[in-house]
Amino acid sequence: MNKTKFGQFGGQYIPEVLMQEIINLEKAYEKYSKDEKFNKELKDLLRNYAGRPSLLYYAKNMTENLGGAKIYLKREDLNHTGSHKINNVLGQALLAKYMGKKRVIAETGAGQHGVATATAAALLGLECEIYMGLEDTIRQSLNVYRMELLGAKVHAVTFGTQTLKDAVNEAMKEWSKRYEDTMYLLGSVMGPHPYPTIVRDFQSVISKEAREQILELEGRLPNVVMACIGGGSNAMGMFYNFINDKDVQLIGCEAAGLGIDSDKHAATMTKGNIGIFHGMKSIFCQDKHGHISPVYSISAGLDYPGVGPEHAYLKEIGRANYVAITDEEAVDAFEYLSKIEGIIPAIESSHAVAYAKKLAPTMKKDEIIIVCLSGRGDKDVAAIAKYRGRIINE
Amino acid sequence: MNNINNAFKNKSLIGFIMAGDPDLNTTKEVIISMSQAGADMVELGIPFSDPIAESSIVQSANLRALKSETYLPSIFEMIKEVRKTTQISIILHSYINPVFNYGYEEFFKKCSEVNVDGIIIPDLPFEEKSEIQYYADKNNVNIISIVVPIDINRVETIAKDAKGFIYLVPSIGSTSSMEGHLSEITKVIDTLKKNTNIPIAIGFGINTAQQASFFSEIADGIIIGNGIVKIIEKYNKESAKYVFDYIKEMKNAII
Repeated sequence: MNKTKFGQFGGQYIPEVLMQEIINLEKAYEKYSKDEKFNKELKDLLRNYAGRPSLLYYAKNMTENLGGAKIYLKREDLNHTGSHKINNVLGQALLAKYMGKKRVIAETGAGQHGVATATAAALLGLECEIYMGLEDTIRQSLNVYRMELLGAKVHAVTFGTQTLKDAVNEAMKEWSKRYEDTMYLLGSVMGPHPYPTIVRDFQSVISKEAREQILELEGRLPNVVMACIGGGSNAMGMFYNFINDKDVQLIGCEAAGLGIDSDKHAATMTKGNIGIFHGMKSIFCQDKHGHISPVYSISAGLDYPGVGPEHAYLKEIGRANYVAITDEEAVDAFEYLSKIEGIIPAIESSHAVAYAKKLAPTMKKDEIIIVCLSGRGDKDVAAIAKYRGRIINE
Repeated sequence: MNNINNAFKNKSLIGFIMAGDPDLNTTKEVIISMSQAGADMVELGIPFSDPIAESSIVQSANLRALKSETYLPSIFEMIKEVRKTTQISIILHSYINPVFNYGYEEFFKKCSEVNVDGIIIPDLPFEEKSEIQYYADKNNVNIISIVVPIDINRVETIAKDAKGFIYLVPSIGSTSSMEGHLSEITKVIDTLKKNTNIPIAIGFGINTAQQASFFSEIADGIIIGNGIVKIIEKYNKESAKYVFDYIKEMKNAII
């Protein structure tokens, strides 16, 4: 297998101007990922700053209510900044520092990755600029202010659909203009090699912990592991250390928006085709001429027209399955988990909770599901209230 | 028979336009008038929804072309029409995804049918060329290599493998002070010449006759993009005669 690819997926489809810097990044990562000092420092940050390990929580009420498989929640929502994004960001920001960079830039959709990046930059003394679609800066104005509070500069991107895809375009373009002192801190398991590998490695702490925790709690491996998927970083992190456990089913839950037969969804795996975009060969929502389609989801974090190449590969070889969850199902799950367990999940994570609700009752009581609760839902409260017809002033 | 060598017989003037901006009929007229005004080659942009490596001027041209629903099948038809009037060398400038979706085999066959001499793919670096190499070679279409002088070893590697001509992008980001990079550019051209016999054209940021004259001294050809696209943005369907005047002026500057 080509080392930049997962089967036929992945690669480095980027402008020539960025190639040398990508090669530099690849070399630096190879060096520091094996470096004792780097790893010690990262471990310390994850433990003492991010709050790892995150809990593997037995959702007793939910389990009893659904009357099937036992449900565990991997509580990434309890991390500092409220989602799994911090795992990757601390790793990449530290890498930037070891590479001698003074400045980091990043794209963000909902603002979770932007907030995490701004946080890590504040901690490690790096300059920080965030690219965010204009549309998203309006939908997530609270996160814009949060990033500014943390010392970052937020640029509203006005080209194209003005969402996550365009934020990535703009961040890449800006990076090609200034890379000597700047690292592009990519938020998901996507983009050109080595990003899908770097982000997966930094996120794999999720499944490393979960695997140990479930063995300790239950003395056995789970039957199913599931996570929501946009670009796919929390899903890849949740799957990775279970890939070789052939009896563990891996399920990614993507956004069906208003339905996969409408034109308002972000169901890349269900509706997309193979293409080449954002530096990678993977699966994308696109028209027959190869133009990237505008996508939609109630969840800004899943509102992306592609998916990471390793997911495309896991799907192709049949190792992982991907299902689509509608806005309505996700909102139901958002409300359900809040009421039954006293945990408000991110609307992204609610897509995985929704599928657990469907799947658990069909399974036996001695079977086990682990759901990655990738983020907390405080950021979504006003939007969900609005979805239900109540206007709240934040 | 590939036409690129012919286009570099003298100092070459290469003009970039976006197919379908504002519509394909205008594109056809503009290509013909470029040819009549003395341009040696047309670099024809294929519109894409997400042109990440373009200036904002060219990005806007992309949007206008997509608005007029310009896609590859009708672009090939237009080139076929153009061929009734002019045999000017044409190369395509496309992101990889529209080509991938059209199908590599079919795409390069079609290029050959309408005498497209080469293709520039901004998101297909040296490392991924094998993606299309077989089909391009089979149909005698050159994959034009972009060179950005950052790492000298990389410049050499790319040059040794390059076909058609080298598309040299001398400075990063800002292009206003290219004259200031002269010694650097001359050095890179020396390196390139040691590693390849094919011609070298300089792209990015050449707008005025003075710049054209300046850069044609040190390279085999110059590529002008934003200048023409701006004229088309301004004069819309009436662009052909204004592009003619502009090309004429630029051509005179490099002779």
